[in-house]
Amino acid sequence: MASDEVKVIGAWASPFVMRPRIALNLKSVPYEFLQESFGAKSELLLKSNPVHKKIPVLIHADKPVCESNIIVEYVDETWSASGPSMLPSTPYDRAIARFWAAYIDEKWFPSLKSILKAEGEEEKKAVLAQVEEGNALLEKAFNDCSKGKPFFNGDHIGYLDIAFGCFLAWLRVTELAGGHKLIDEVKTPSLSKWAERFCNDPAVKPVMPETATLAEFAKKIFAKPPA
Amino acid sequence: MANEVILLDFWPSMFGMRTRIALREKGIEFEYRDEDLWNKSPLLLETNPVHKKIPVLIHNGKPVCESTIQVQYIDEVWSDKNPILPSDPYQRAQARFWVDFIDKKMYDAQRKVWWTKGEEQETGKKEFIELLKTLESELRDKTYFGGDDFGYVDIGLIGFYSWFHACEKYGNLNIESECPKLIAWAKTCMQRESVAKSLPDSEKVIKFVTEIRKKFMIE
Repeated sequence: MASDEVKVIGAWASPFVMRPRIALNLKSVPYEFLQESFGAKSELLLKSNPVHKKIPVLIHADKPVCESNIIVEYVDETWSASGPSMLPSTPYDRAIARFWAAYIDEKWFPSLKSILKAEGEEEKKAVLAQVEEGNALLEKAFNDCSKGKPFFNGDHIGYLDIAFGCFLAWLRVTELAGGHKLIDEVKTPSLSKWAERFCNDPAVKPVMPETATLAEFAKKIFAKPPA
Repeated sequence: MANEVILLDFWPSMFGMRTRIALREKGIEFEYRDEDLWNKSPLLLETNPVHKKIPVLIHNGKPVCESTIQVQYIDEVWSDKNPILPSDPYQRAQARFWVDFIDKKMYDAQRKVWWTKGEEQETGKKEFIELLKTLESELRDKTYFGGDDFGYVDIGLIGFYSWFHACEKYGNLNIESECPKLIAWAKTCMQRESVAKSLPDSEKVIKFVTEIRKKFMIE
């Protein structure tokens, strides 16, 4: 008989890996974190996610679940009795949460990544403008979804908080590297306060890397090879 | 309050087809509005300002965007009949995984088959067939992707079937010989009224692709 144990295959720096870890913490589910080495994929990873060969993978009672947002919904549904729901209660509000999570993955994060990779002032300006446009949309989305409460999901951290919040450490690294604030009290006041609440939450703090540590790591992986 | 359901769509869209099928599976009356994508309506731009894309489902005045999100929404609102997603959390995660896979890969792979030429097309054809084989091996010998019941993954994939003849014509492919089980699955799905009513005729799609190629492709 398969044990009920939970494992997460991932890496400390990956925002996508943070998502299932935060979800499991919110539901007080103990799990074993299996850290992948940078640049090499373990046998277990290749076996558990043969289609994409990517992290994170959640393994529950020997059965793998792949894709970070899908894992978060799985955790929410499986341990529904262990904590408040991570998705809103009405189908319409759930559709809105899923919409913004998809937007973040398809549009917002790729443009954030391009800031670090941008070459030259023109390209940097263009991608910065894209990210700021996205942040303005997300600021409005926060005000609409939270309805005056502390999180996108209301009183408690939920699916959309996790989907967006997991990128905050990388966002801070990008701000440092570019010397340009992306989320702040002037441009995005609601998100600025939300970000602090999110990062300080006991379910998030243990898995959110320190900005300085992540900045060092970023320097290594984005280092241009010698000419 | 009476349910008012409007679908802003474009008849050849495999994504729009998903929402049409879901609405019909649940027996929901809806108003279908075909958009001219080269001249988008003010309603489309107003209801999907972020992406400006179809399909948009408008339910009692409130818009829901993104086809997979619409299908889940329909399943949750009209939960009393013909469930689309399985009830078990692990099965649900598997169903979501495969629809996400289809979303990430199918459109671009299929597009390369009928929209490109030469080496790019040859690579595209290989990728496309590989993709279909991956899906076929997930299907195995089941009637539908979820087992005995028509569901989320079937809805996620079947719309692409209406484009298969166009791919075969312009890609010089025989999909049935490469993936017989997948074609058998598609034909089973086509026997459902919700699917038959929601997919355009293959010939119509071929005509559409021919026109697009004539207009935009440099021969």
